[in-house]
Amino acid sequence: MADGRRTSLIRSFSSMPHQRKALHRQTSSPALGLKGHVAAALHAHVDGKTGSELQVEVDESSLCHYAVVDSPRRRIANINLVARHPEVYEPCDDSFALVDALLADKVHLLERQPSLCLEVGCGSGYVITSLALLMGEGSGAQYIATDISSVAAEVTRTTLRSHGVEADVVVTNLVTGLEKRLAGSVDLLVFNPPYVPTPEEEVGVEGITAAWAGGDRGRTVIDRMLAIVDSLMSSKGLFYLLTLTANNPGEICQIMKKKGFASRIVVQRSTEEESLHVLKFWREDVRDISDNGNHSTFSHSFSSKFSRLAFWR
Amino acid sequence: MRLLTHNMLSCNIKGVTKGFPLSIEVQKLDTKETDFNPDFLRNIIPKLEWKAFHDAAVSVGLNDIPEQVDPVMLEYTEFLQKFHHALLEVHLEEGALICPETGRRFPVTKGVPNMLLLEDEV
Repeated sequence: MADGRRTSLIRSFSSMPHQRKALHRQTSSPALGLKGHVAAALHAHVDGKTGSELQVEVDESSLCHYAVVDSPRRRIANINLVARHPEVYEPCDDSFALVDALLADKVHLLERQPSLCLEVGCGSGYVITSLALLMGEGSGAQYIATDISSVAAEVTRTTLRSHGVEADVVVTNLVTGLEKRLAGSVDLLVFNPPYVPTPEEEVGVEGITAAWAGGDRGRTVIDRMLAIVDSLMSSKGLFYLLTLTANNPGEICQIMKKKGFASRIVVQRSTEEESLHVLKFWREDVRDISDNGNHSTFSHSFSSKFSRLAFWR
Repeated sequence: MRLLTHNMLSCNIKGVTKGFPLSIEVQKLDTKETDFNPDFLRNIIPKLEWKAFHDAAVSVGLNDIPEQVDPVMLEYTEFLQKFHHALLEVHLEEGALICPETGRRFPVTKGVPNMLLLEDEV
């Protein structure tokens, strides 16, 4: 911001996250152009005003409306400091939902004192930066972020640097090259996967497509991850996974249950047609101690809705 | 890439049994000061493969890391500072990591190691 004040950017209402990812899928250039336009418009408005609250309306395409509000005690990444690149997925509803989930569990996370935190598919770096910020400098934790895109890795590094946060960034497919040394020691695993149902051949291809293309039911990459979670996680490990209803989160929880993981929904964000869930998993033999009302520590955006119910019941 | 990162990486090409530690080929190093956090250092020691860390430190020109670590050392600030510097402040900006078994070279570009495998390596 021009006056250097820290601000937060909250989507006041929005297109559905799957549409955002789907939008990229249909035609990336116009979509990105529009997003770029939104960002430019936002900066222009903010730069021109010093008020604590302003609205930026997007033109006829009306993808989304933004509201900027002051948040001096902010402890997550500042959206205006998140680096951008046409080939890298920008923070959107899904990213925000994931960070909201981490914020909602903040007290729980701090209590657990994770020493090794890993984000797979870090993209812009918004989530890993937010995680490191919300855990605080004194946490003594190590942060590792991976992405299949070297451009995303670079963008993440820039975002981390802009916030004065350190993390190890590795270009790889999920956790290849890290899995042996990290086996059994990941205390916190965060994954915003490519979840949009697409033809199988689009999964993992070069460029931004890899950020959304999830194959059959959007599950191809998710399932690859589920297969290795057990070997990565420490005994006190927590795993936060973002899913779309089309991914069949209930089935994902069943798969994880067979591996000995309990689960719950931390954040549920519903729109007219679709809904996002942030699922949280932990080893069943370790009691989940998050049920202490700490959700009130975050004044989450109004479109969010928390559910503490396991939805398969 | 910090030596901390290096310590977490191994080569996972099909058929490779250990693939660790990767040797370091240095083209460009950088040093970035970072906050000294003794708790972090104490936390991380059990997770490190010390011999690999020692060898990595030597390969980036740091010869003051002992070959073996003893918990007693953690009481000494001088040791912790050297450890801190080698582990967290020296960055391999350009270079490569090389698999001890296959000789496969994983490039490090702009401080980021690229561990992606080719199709026939998976």
